[in-house]
Amino acid sequence: MSANGRTEQVTARATPSLRKVGGRIPVALAIPAGIGLAFLVLPLAGLLIRAPWSTLFERLARPGVLTALRLSLQTATIATIVCILLGIPLAWLLARVEFPGRKLIRALVTVPLVLPPVVGGVALLLVFGRKGLVGSWLDATFGITLPFSTAGVVVAEAFVAMPFLVIAVEGALRAADTRYEEAAATLGASRWTAFRRVTLPLVAPGIAAGALLCWARALGEFGATITFAGNYPGRTRTMPLEVYLALETDLQDAIVLSLILLTVSVAILVSLRDRWLTTP
Amino acid sequence: MRHSGIRATVAAVATAAALTMGACGTDTPATTPEATSTGVTGNITVFAAASLTEAFTQIGKDFEAANLGSKVTFNFAASSALATQINEGAPADVFAAASPATMKTVADAGNADGTPVVFVKNQLVIAVPKGNPKGINGLSDLTTPGLKVALCAEQVPCGAAAKKALDAANVALTPVTLEQDVKAALAKVKLGEVDAALVYRTDAKSAASDVDGIEFPESTGAVNDYPMVVVKNATNKTGASAFLAYVQSDKGKAVLTQAGFQ
Repeated sequence: MSANGRTEQVTARATPSLRKVGGRIPVALAIPAGIGLAFLVLPLAGLLIRAPWSTLFERLARPGVLTALRLSLQTATIATIVCILLGIPLAWLLARVEFPGRKLIRALVTVPLVLPPVVGGVALLLVFGRKGLVGSWLDATFGITLPFSTAGVVVAEAFVAMPFLVIAVEGALRAADTRYEEAAATLGASRWTAFRRVTLPLVAPGIAAGALLCWARALGEFGATITFAGNYPGRTRTMPLEVYLALETDLQDAIVLSLILLTVSVAILVSLRDRWLTTP
Repeated sequence: MRHSGIRATVAAVATAAALTMGACGTDTPATTPEATSTGVTGNITVFAAASLTEAFTQIGKDFEAANLGSKVTFNFAASSALATQINEGAPADVFAAASPATMKTVADAGNADGTPVVFVKNQLVIAVPKGNPKGINGLSDLTTPGLKVALCAEQVPCGAAAKKALDAANVALTPVTLEQDVKAALAKVKLGEVDAALVYRTDAKSAASDVDGIEFPESTGAVNDYPMVVVKNATNKTGASAFLAYVQSDKGKAVLTQAGFQ
């Protein structure tokens, strides 16, 4: 099965229906798949069932909700742009250049994935905080302090979200046929030109997928943000922080806020997926 | 060949599950030794305000020593967050809150067993980095331009108290952040990210090696009462009542006073 995995993938892409190839779905796969799906979907159903539908709109009109939503969308988008600008070159480096310690670097890149975001936030404070290694220099030289600022939210979100982009793009680069780049090189293209004109278009679906994951992760970011950027309305209080604060006093408000976040992200993910993503 | 692969996987998962269950099975009885004369045994789960962290941790240890066979487990967080958790059915035996308002939400939801008792009071101080480098002496100093101040969010007891004190002093303060509990606000001072924060006197005292607590007169107008109660659905009511009694005993009071509570 694994030996001709590549050919299968190609056929799968060519014929849209997979069922023709496989036949009946084995019970040993169908049952755990069903349980897995229920496990992921039920909590969402719980939110929908417990939502205070009758007071939904007056709760939405609460001051702060739109401000938090706007801030969340802005910061997640800027963080994704930062991740794209820095992450794609990093993914290319990891996929295309042989250098000592590459395995270690690859492991380090994925650290924010497993690090508890709160710890990530503390780590960011220790580096970019007012007393931090880089932060104290930024403060003394430019008078810039990142904590408690909107830029700080972007930094926290980019920190936790970038690995998603790097992993997706690196995977796409590894799967891409390098012979196209080699052909470009034999035709006289420099490595930079080949990257721009051949590699990037080749892995564009991978980049789009990675950017989406990255954006979604940034949108939901909570731990690193509240630790590094603090919590102030209009400046650093994003939707997840607004939800957390609402939980302190009114569960119903928290549910409504979560529903908005959910609706916005699902709507955007679905619309972008149809437009950009060709991979199933 | 594919089938034998699946079977091997199933077997491996089953073995792992059996091992895990076996481990749990042997673990549980080992942690509950013989009952002693006090009659208080088993696990007591205490949901307590973040500001009680140090004092209650100590009281918990003392309580366990006095009641062999008992085990006190704490869940420290903002009282308001704990109240939400309890009202949503979290398994708590005791709830100790930093304000009557948060206790009320639990009592109103019918989750308090009996009337809550106020066991200590706490008041706010201005926490500043050790040595008070910015020379802060009162609430009005906090409005100095460029000075970074952390407060608790108003939804949290320490934030409500801070608002009360600031209003009483007629000080209009714009903080850089509204933290989710008092320990988070204190941490921002410890890290040097803010120049001052309004925290409880007990919190400043618990971090005495890093911060100084500046007393201010308006804090007397915003004293927080700390009520506690046995939770309605407590699984260990005997243990919960015994813990409440221990907190109010001379030994318990001594620990609380030592921590800076009144």
